[in-house]
Amino acid sequence: MLNVRRDFPILTKVHNGHQIVYFDNAATTQKPYQVIHAIVDLLENHNGNPHRGAHVLSIEAGELYDEAREAVRRFINAKSTQEIVFVRNTTEALNLISRSYGETHLHKGDKIVIPISEHHSNLVTWQRVCQKTGAELDYMYLDAEGHITEADLAKIDDRTKIVSFAAVSNVYGMKRPVKEIVARAHAVGAVAIVDGAQSVPHMKTDVQDIDCDFFVFSGHKMCGSASTGVLYGKKAILEDMEPFLLGGDMIEYVQEQSTTFNELPFKFEAGSQNVEGAVALHAAIDYLEDLGMDAIEEHEHELTTRCLEGMKKIPHIHIIGSTDPAEKTGVITFTIDGVHPHDAATILDSFGIAIRSGHHCAQPLGCHLGVEASNRASFYIYNTLDEVDYFLEKLPLVRKQMGFKD
Amino acid sequence: MENMNELYSDIILEHNQCQENKHPLDQANLQEHGHNPSCGDDITLQADIQDGIIKDAAYTGHGCAISQASADIMIDLIKGKSVEEALRLVDLFLDMIKREVTDDDELEELEDAIALKNISNMPARVKCAVLAWHTLKEALERDQK
Repeated sequence: MLNVRRDFPILTKVHNGHQIVYFDNAATTQKPYQVIHAIVDLLENHNGNPHRGAHVLSIEAGELYDEAREAVRRFINAKSTQEIVFVRNTTEALNLISRSYGETHLHKGDKIVIPISEHHSNLVTWQRVCQKTGAELDYMYLDAEGHITEADLAKIDDRTKIVSFAAVSNVYGMKRPVKEIVARAHAVGAVAIVDGAQSVPHMKTDVQDIDCDFFVFSGHKMCGSASTGVLYGKKAILEDMEPFLLGGDMIEYVQEQSTTFNELPFKFEAGSQNVEGAVALHAAIDYLEDLGMDAIEEHEHELTTRCLEGMKKIPHIHIIGSTDPAEKTGVITFTIDGVHPHDAATILDSFGIAIRSGHHCAQPLGCHLGVEASNRASFYIYNTLDEVDYFLEKLPLVRKQMGFKD
Repeated sequence: MENMNELYSDIILEHNQCQENKHPLDQANLQEHGHNPSCGDDITLQADIQDGIIKDAAYTGHGCAISQASADIMIDLIKGKSVEEALRLVDLFLDMIKREVTDDDELEELEDAIALKNISNMPARVKCAVLAWHTLKEALERDQK
């Protein structure tokens, strides 16, 4: 098991007399000193607006920004830094693709295929593309355990132009057969978009091996700071796309009536950029690589296995989707008979345990399953087996608090 | 709030379980939908208003114990009251949640709703407690116009 808690100052926080047990990592992760100090070092020693001035601070900030891009390229094994675009988050990346690719490349009669379990950012975006272009949004409805079935894959047909899916579902926590789905999309000439928000923090990523056309993820879910995301796109496709936002830094020549645009990746980075975020993401990548992505995956697997085993023994708890730890990352979504998730989260919070409650930004899935809201516990590198045991000990007390006898 | 028994008091748990006010209304001339998108609390409030008096009221929907208990308590409170009186009580309840009125004597006429007083210590749950009351206020004020 990993032993990294000393790197995370927030984990010593005490709430209601209990040390915080932070199980809301699918929402956002905590930051180690290494990341916090990298941000402070930038602001204390190197802060300027990159790529603009001839003075030392602008140059230093620019170098740090460029180094961060190179770190991201290496981390996900992209061919070139021209394929790495910094954005605010996964949501913005998906908006960029839907606007600059979807709306300009799709037509009436075309199809977009996504799983019903997608996050709103990978769903509402495609609804709008369909409304604007006349294309049709088709869903993979998954089996009872949340798997993508052969019938689901068969929806990827000759009319399909875009297949977009999360490598790991933020509700099910299940790993998708990413390469297989991408291959199916390519077999019909469709573009494959992979949402890596819930996968990149937890396992090795190799975009060349996956061979997807776009890959997107968020920095804050992997120890980076808020509002730092990444859009990876194959160079040929990015070059063919219109810019998303217009303004400073993304231009080449601006005349009164027309403009030519900067080269990749700057074409997609309009305005002053989030250098703190890029520097934090770089520090986060270094931190995770030092631990080793395989070791991280193994650590979370042990936590998930113990938690699933324990939860199965507690009456009135229902886990949504597969309960096979081999198929999952450390995301466990569940319901408790007779207790609304919002009440469960409040009661667990009184024990210092932080979980997520609600629809997890996936309302169509909730509607499909007939579960309006659910609870979600999700783990990361600093969580321990002791914390899992503490959670399992407190979980039965939720129903008791709500007046149930068993 | 440290003590969960204070939040999930017997009064709240009883009103959460109570189904007396939770049903569609046959004769309703006022209907309003209320929703907390972030947590999924979702209720539809119905009332039958005759000559400025709320003859009957009920709700349907789903949500956490706080939102459901609060809706049930509110309906108990406003049934049989005039529209003006109901609006005054809704405002008093909202003032209690905002801590603008804290005096228990003044709040006494809210009856069981006073059990939700301490929700103001829990920012994450305030929205649940006020959902039904905001929904009613909106419906009544629109109806008055």
